[in-house]
Amino acid sequence: MLNTSTKTLTGGFSFENTRRNAVLEANLSEKGYSAPNARKTGTTIAGLIFKDGVILGADTRATDDMVVADKNCMKIHYIAPKIYCCGAGVAADAEVTTQMMSSNVELHSLSTGRPPLVAMVTRQLKQMLFRYQGHIGSSLIVGGVDINGPQLYSIYPHGSYDKLPFLTMGTVTFSLPPFFEQTQSEQNLEEAKQLVRDAITAGIFCDLGSGSNVDLCVITEKTVDYLRAYDQPVQKGLREGTYRYKPGTTAVLTKTVTPLTLDVVDESVQVMDTE
Amino acid sequence: GSLMMISARAFGDNAQMKEHHYTGPVEHKFSPYAFNGGTVLAVAGEDFALVASDTRLSEGYGIHSRDSPKCYKLTDTTVIGCSGFHGDCLTLTKIIEARLKMYKHSNNKNMTSGAIAAMLSTILYGKRFFPYYVYNIIGGLDEEGRGAVYSFDPVGSYQRDTYKAGGSASAMLQPLLDNQIGFKNMENVEQVPLTLEKAVQLVKDVFISAAERDVYTGDALKICIITKEGVREEIMPLRKD
Repeated sequence: MLNTSTKTLTGGFSFENTRRNAVLEANLSEKGYSAPNARKTGTTIAGLIFKDGVILGADTRATDDMVVADKNCMKIHYIAPKIYCCGAGVAADAEVTTQMMSSNVELHSLSTGRPPLVAMVTRQLKQMLFRYQGHIGSSLIVGGVDINGPQLYSIYPHGSYDKLPFLTMGTVTFSLPPFFEQTQSEQNLEEAKQLVRDAITAGIFCDLGSGSNVDLCVITEKTVDYLRAYDQPVQKGLREGTYRYKPGTTAVLTKTVTPLTLDVVDESVQVMDTE
Repeated sequence: GSLMMISARAFGDNAQMKEHHYTGPVEHKFSPYAFNGGTVLAVAGEDFALVASDTRLSEGYGIHSRDSPKCYKLTDTTVIGCSGFHGDCLTLTKIIEARLKMYKHSNNKNMTSGAIAAMLSTILYGKRFFPYYVYNIIGGLDEEGRGAVYSFDPVGSYQRDTYKAGGSASAMLQPLLDNQIGFKNMENVEQVPLTLEKAVQLVKDVFISAAERDVYTGDALKICIITKEGVREEIMPLRKD
């Protein structure tokens, strides 16, 4: 008879380390250390509805506390052919949440036989985030075009959402809405792209958690334009000196040579086609 | 089945579950300190000294100013770089300047770099139990005209160095300086003494690198070059994001 001591996997997160982590954190803080933090994207993201569709924008800096971990990360994630999602907050959470959602959305759309609705993606995302009570630290802006036209939603880590013609999220939310007050949903493509670019650039310069380039994603009924590094407003400094080392600069402390005795088993010649 | 969510905060020190299930009253305490970021660097040569700093003043995720240098000229032969809490930097430099005047009036001569360093150590230790949250580095020429660098901790411990980095990107800069100026961890390398031009180029390059990865460092770089002719300044732009 099989021993039924193995636990059934309940899926999702495993909280078995919670008790141990609480003890560790208490011990560490006594000695003056702190537990490692999850890498956050720090971040400026924005979305805007214009005449023909929706534009999503994001910066490209990921930070580990206050050190830049990635100078050119991708914060605009694919969910469905006409639906993309910007993610702020904990980098891993934003990445995994959107990937899971993309997979669920494809299955759902195969089941319904229809292209996915942006409202459906939003509903699934917010239900999942609410279920995890804010422990999944991702703030998302979902934008796309479906049978009901272009739509834009923002979703917060605890599971609330907003539906608006313009949205900004990230560490410097208070400086961006003034930009977007001037939008009208009848703007043309170039004006709208410029506006989103300006908003993200404001975040890049004024927010320490955002930086590097502006990525844009323009979604219309007919096309999707993923404009990676649409704008690079920051001048990178040019180093004058060379910091290369000649061979022999690194000290060799010990050297051991182990000859490997090899026997030739098979020899074959393959002619390369050099013409 | 459903997952039971247990927040780490629900556990007390001995990992027993606390009785209540809400976060409870959280005590907020006023902190007299703030961290305003910024990096300072000083290098001593045969007959010159450099004190360099970035000019960004930040707090939290925001920028207060892009033009707030952290080098303060004390005499014709001494410059001090101060980073950390800006309020304490301003007060400390005011106190140092006042003490320099008092010394000049009593002793009828300017303070030497070494004397300023010794005095700063006593000023800082005077507030041992409510410290100035400032990382100081003094750069200047000693009585023989040779370059001198003195680096401090917030409560006054100091030593004379050849080169030192302080402030938010110090951990990134110091190892690079150890290698390029101190020739550490290198073999078969000709140890040429550092010229002023090479030192200035190196300082610019290290700050460019620091601005790439440290969010608190950027905007502009100000270098104070101290020679027997006096103190000269050079300014160079850095990344603004």
